[in-house]
Amino acid sequence: MGFASKNRVTNPKFWEASGGWSLDSLLEITDLTTEFDTSDGVVRAVGGISYSVGVGEVVAIVGESGCGKSVGAMSILRLIPEPPGRIAKGQVLFEGRDLLKLSNAEIRDVRGRDIAMVFQEPMTSLNPVLSIGRQLTETLLRHTDMSESQAKDRALDLLRQVGISDPARRLTQYPHHLSGGMRQRAMIAMALCCEPKLIIADEPTTALDVTIQAQILELMKDLSERLGVAQLIITHNLGVVARYAKRVNVMYAGKIVEMGTAKEIYHHPRHPYTLGLLASVPRLDQPRGTILIPIEGQPPDLTRLDEGCAFRPRCRFATDRCAYEIPELESVAGDHMSACWQHEDLDQKKGTAA
Amino acid sequence: MSVAETIGDENSLADAEPLLRVEGLKMHFPVTEGLFMRRTVGHVKAVDGVSFTIAPGETLGLVGESGCGKTTVGRCILRLENPGAGKVVFAGTDIAGMKASEISKLRQDVQVIFQDPFSSLNPRQKIGSIISEPLRVHGIIKDPTKRRERVAELLRICGLNPRFADRYPHEMSGGQRQRVGIARALSVNPKFIVCDEAVSALDVSIQAQVINLLEDLREQFNFSYLFIAHDLSVVRHICHRVAVMYLGKIAELADCDELFDNPRHPYTQALLSAVPVPDPTVEEARSHQILEGEVPSPMNPPSGCVFHPRCPQAIETCRREVPELQEFSPGHMVACPVVLGK
Repeated sequence: MGFASKNRVTNPKFWEASGGWSLDSLLEITDLTTEFDTSDGVVRAVGGISYSVGVGEVVAIVGESGCGKSVGAMSILRLIPEPPGRIAKGQVLFEGRDLLKLSNAEIRDVRGRDIAMVFQEPMTSLNPVLSIGRQLTETLLRHTDMSESQAKDRALDLLRQVGISDPARRLTQYPHHLSGGMRQRAMIAMALCCEPKLIIADEPTTALDVTIQAQILELMKDLSERLGVAQLIITHNLGVVARYAKRVNVMYAGKIVEMGTAKEIYHHPRHPYTLGLLASVPRLDQPRGTILIPIEGQPPDLTRLDEGCAFRPRCRFATDRCAYEIPELESVAGDHMSACWQHEDLDQKKGTAA
Repeated sequence: MSVAETIGDENSLADAEPLLRVEGLKMHFPVTEGLFMRRTVGHVKAVDGVSFTIAPGETLGLVGESGCGKTTVGRCILRLENPGAGKVVFAGTDIAGMKASEISKLRQDVQVIFQDPFSSLNPRQKIGSIISEPLRVHGIIKDPTKRRERVAELLRICGLNPRFADRYPHEMSGGQRQRVGIARALSVNPKFIVCDEAVSALDVSIQAQVINLLEDLREQFNFSYLFIAHDLSVVRHICHRVAVMYLGKIAELADCDELFDNPRHPYTQALLSAVPVPDPTVEEARSHQILEGEVPSPMNPPSGCVFHPRCPQAIETCRREVPELQEFSPGHMVACPVVLGK
């Protein structure tokens, strides 16, 4: 992780040439497993996931509620309440350092400085009794040598960068003075304050109206291109992913079932779950008569997973093998991976089963 | 449901006598201040002069962002709010001045499916009792055994196992609960159902199941929906006609295909452009028109056209004159002086 790599990312020409890709990985997660003790037994919310995020890259994690996408992201910064939760095993390498092995003091230095987080609910994730200015400068004072007046100037500058009008007045205001979109902008400003290398955004636009969502997405996209900040975006909205991310990990029942570039995933899905998701979303650009093909059944109970593929009960392509052997992620073509025994001939079967 | 059938339906819908006629509906909520001497300091103009009709068997979509008044319109039709001004004529009778006994009768014909399947079912009531309550209250089926049979039938229609009648809501998933909400609405054989964000809280794979169920039911029982939603892709899928609301007023109203293919009002255009399409190649090619600013407060809406401070095409007239919803082409109504060329 030298200077060279940073320059390459901030250099727009390199950005274009690599299609938003970077060869250096900033974050490398291997076999991350997070469990929770519940009265019904141990829930393995994240069941051994591995992926990486390159310098300046935008990666999305897609899945439905309860698939473990948020828990997986929180585990990176060790924000899982213990007990009942625990990170059972795995490795989270950030710039070569394993975040899971750091002491509590060391991880606190990473949080907010190297890796920042943007949460879904800007109302509950901002402190209601502290002014916006105080919350912005807090991070700066904690992580840098800035004086209070320097921190205030920086905070003003940040609010301006994220498009908040009248920033001087906003600094003295409290979260309840701001609208939902404004609060989310303030959250992003807060995430940006120490120039992090990675921003983890957990459903950053889910609570917002579409026109405001478009504003926020545009802002985040612009920031990642201009400042070269890598982003890990967690969402259930397939449209947001398509507009925004270069690479996609699809999660189901605590595992990554498919990963690849956004175009590969959307145009040639190689996992029945991805296929099902794409067929079940109504699209604005399709003729109105298009019939939605829902995925039948319900997501599984994570306390009662057996030794087979977790998607099997809802899968149109399931075979006997799926019942007793869990498929691992396998390369389909280059970096495009799928965890399905059928991935090779899913294309042909798609036509016959639909 | 084939495409040809749907189109056939639509043609006949246009000529039919409307089941519901909403005319100049206004609903202003007072804003009060003071602890002991409560005084009214202003009004939130939640709904400010809304008119539309819905034909039997037709689905009208009502879309807009939070706070645009779409839910209040739905609540006025259900008489959960007493409209401040205007008319809501259902099957020939104005429901605005109805007495309590008449309202009870109205609710046999007009039902609702709410957004949140978690808070709209009583957690202490079994599913069977939730679904049979309307039957009991309205005295539709008086014999308990027959009522149980009807509940089982309703559960089956909504794709649930009849054994679920003995369960409590917490034993079910979000999608299943929403089906219970639908079964409850169906129990009284309504003519008209208000779906207030009925699929918004559900995950995509489950959402598609419920959308298909709503469509099947419409075909089977031929009732009308007022489909209130903020997700334009879902609205486009399910509705025959769509009204776009902004700050208590209808900005544009047209047939579904017409509205999505040829949006005229600048707000509709921006709204459609803001919706991401789940396809990276399409997204790359699309130009995104990003609206500046935010929805103003309905307590103190802008003068003239309420959209003018955010409108990229606003002219001087927009600041002064409140635009009327007028016909742009047959069946396509727009409230915008720029579009209408005035």
